[in-house]
Amino acid sequence: MNLWKRFRGSYFLYSFLHDPVAMGSFIVLAVLALAAFGAPLVAPHNPYDTTTIDIMDSEIPPVWMENADAKFLLGTDAQGRDMLSTMLYGMRISLVIGIGATFLQAAIGIVLGLIAGYKGGKIDNFLMRMADVQLSFSTLMVAIFLSAIFQAIFGVAAFESMAVPFLVLVIGIAEWPQYARTVRASVLAEKKKEYVEAARVMGLPSGRIMWRHILPNTMSPILVLSTVQVAHAIMSEAALSFLGLGMPITKPSLGSLINSGFDYIFSGSWWITMFPGFLLVLLILVINLLGDWVQDVLNPKLYKG
Amino acid sequence: MTAQTQPLVGITDVVKHFDISGGFLDRLTFSGGLPSLTTTTVKAINGVSLDIRQGEILSVVGESGCGKSTLGRTVLGLYPPTSGRIEFRGERIDNLSAKDMLPYRRKMQMVFQDPYASLNPRMTVRQILEEPTRFHFPDLSASQVQDKVAEVMRQVGVDPAWAGRFPHEFSGGQRQRISIARALMVDPEFIVADEPISALDVSIQAQILNLIMDCQERFGLTYMFITHDLSVVEHISTRVAVMYLGTLCELADKASLYGDPQHPYSRALLSAIPRLGSAGFSHIRLKGEVPTPINLPTGCVFHTRCPHTDERCRREIPALRLLPNGSQAACHALEEGRIW
Repeated sequence: MNLWKRFRGSYFLYSFLHDPVAMGSFIVLAVLALAAFGAPLVAPHNPYDTTTIDIMDSEIPPVWMENADAKFLLGTDAQGRDMLSTMLYGMRISLVIGIGATFLQAAIGIVLGLIAGYKGGKIDNFLMRMADVQLSFSTLMVAIFLSAIFQAIFGVAAFESMAVPFLVLVIGIAEWPQYARTVRASVLAEKKKEYVEAARVMGLPSGRIMWRHILPNTMSPILVLSTVQVAHAIMSEAALSFLGLGMPITKPSLGSLINSGFDYIFSGSWWITMFPGFLLVLLILVINLLGDWVQDVLNPKLYKG
Repeated sequence: MTAQTQPLVGITDVVKHFDISGGFLDRLTFSGGLPSLTTTTVKAINGVSLDIRQGEILSVVGESGCGKSTLGRTVLGLYPPTSGRIEFRGERIDNLSAKDMLPYRRKMQMVFQDPYASLNPRMTVRQILEEPTRFHFPDLSASQVQDKVAEVMRQVGVDPAWAGRFPHEFSGGQRQRISIARALMVDPEFIVADEPISALDVSIQAQILNLIMDCQERFGLTYMFITHDLSVVEHISTRVAVMYLGTLCELADKASLYGDPQHPYSRALLSAIPRLGSAGFSHIRLKGEVPTPINLPTGCVFHTRCPHTDERCRREIPALRLLPNGSQAACHALEEGRIW
């Protein structure tokens, strides 16, 4: 109750209510997320249920064009799946992977960044060089490499059933240095402050000082980074799927939908690629706009021209 | 002198050097065509020995950068000393592991300079005060801890009803009271106060000083009071240690230091206190600047600025000696009777 009262009187809420861009982005994001996670309830068809899919329905254009079918609002793809439903299910997968990968990045990055910043010295050097090495491989390269190995060892069928956790793992591991560096930088600033010395004079163990005292004071850069990283992870997933290394076509994410429609774009069926593309752009745009606003609120000293 | 009674805290020949060499490439130099690694150290404390007696307020004074804060932090084990011994009631504590140190952590506490940085901004006052108690007295029940928090808050003059608030909701003086309360929560015997009033308004300074002295009386505390404010020192201390460039110049009773300062640096320092009513302002002017602690002068660290320097001062480091008036000072000129 107390927390709610503090939230209602906070500058955070005030600036949110006075920023139309932030409000608009939040509403769009909320609608998209609700539609995605409520896809089984909202979507008119179930694209995973092969008994309801008829190949004769393939490549039907959206309703406002000729030869359209009123059953399929945004048309169908090459396999006869309703585009709208497939996109909603696909967005759910994209969001799950994006959020999951960000959590994994945050978990690894925060722990290693805290240790590196607080302990300093050799441990710091070792962890930060490890981060440099990790960053010198691009996410795509790591993913291509690992998925090739995975598919060679376990076969393509196993890969298709394991695709979501696999992508979370790959994107999470490839991007943890972003968190580690951000956290380390704020830990270096915080650990000089006298409240940390006071905790040390009390004799508190260093793990407790790191978690209970320093980490809560580094939350605002972590929060800012997280919004950016979710968008980034969704994009990485889309890029991997577009390259055919991500979600299989039987369980498409937005990226693999764009990819599957790409073959038909010159035969006139532009909607298979364009609608998921627009949805992806909209999703990333609103997340980034929200992230921008969060950054403005939490780091007011940051000058932005 | 009561040398027979055991001091509460004993500091023997403590040296603290900080390595500021930086990375490998910063250290690499070429001398005579050969590569070599140089080490740059800041010599913050150079062989300080002093005893802190039960129940006294020992003030440590000196200008900025003379190592007084470093000394306080080294005594509490925040910095491990480069060499030397630190004892608490005769038990050596500078080489203990974090676990063996815990019983002493309860006995020795610290009050910090900046009341805006010394309280965790994400914790309420109750959390700040409860944490040390729960940690050091795990047997206490929740209600006992709460009672103790309320009691200590009352003792330092903060309304216990405000315990649910965050530090930023308090003024500087109130925060410093909370900071003192945090130190008192574990029933310490010895408190290092590192310039506890320097960041406060003059009107608040007196209140906090009175609180500090009040706590000393009520709980039988011993303080090491680090400050550069000489009028505060005169008001509060039992004995005074004057430091210059990481070295102890003079250690004396308050009365002897203020009445009859011995060491040339103490004389210059005390003559710089502005006084009401005296016509003109004649203080001893020291020439030059304080040398950098990276390259210490040879011999007596004060010889570059001392009006009584001779050849021996440049060569030999003076030791702390007992003088006829009961003070101790480290000065060749005093020992030889060149000045009096």
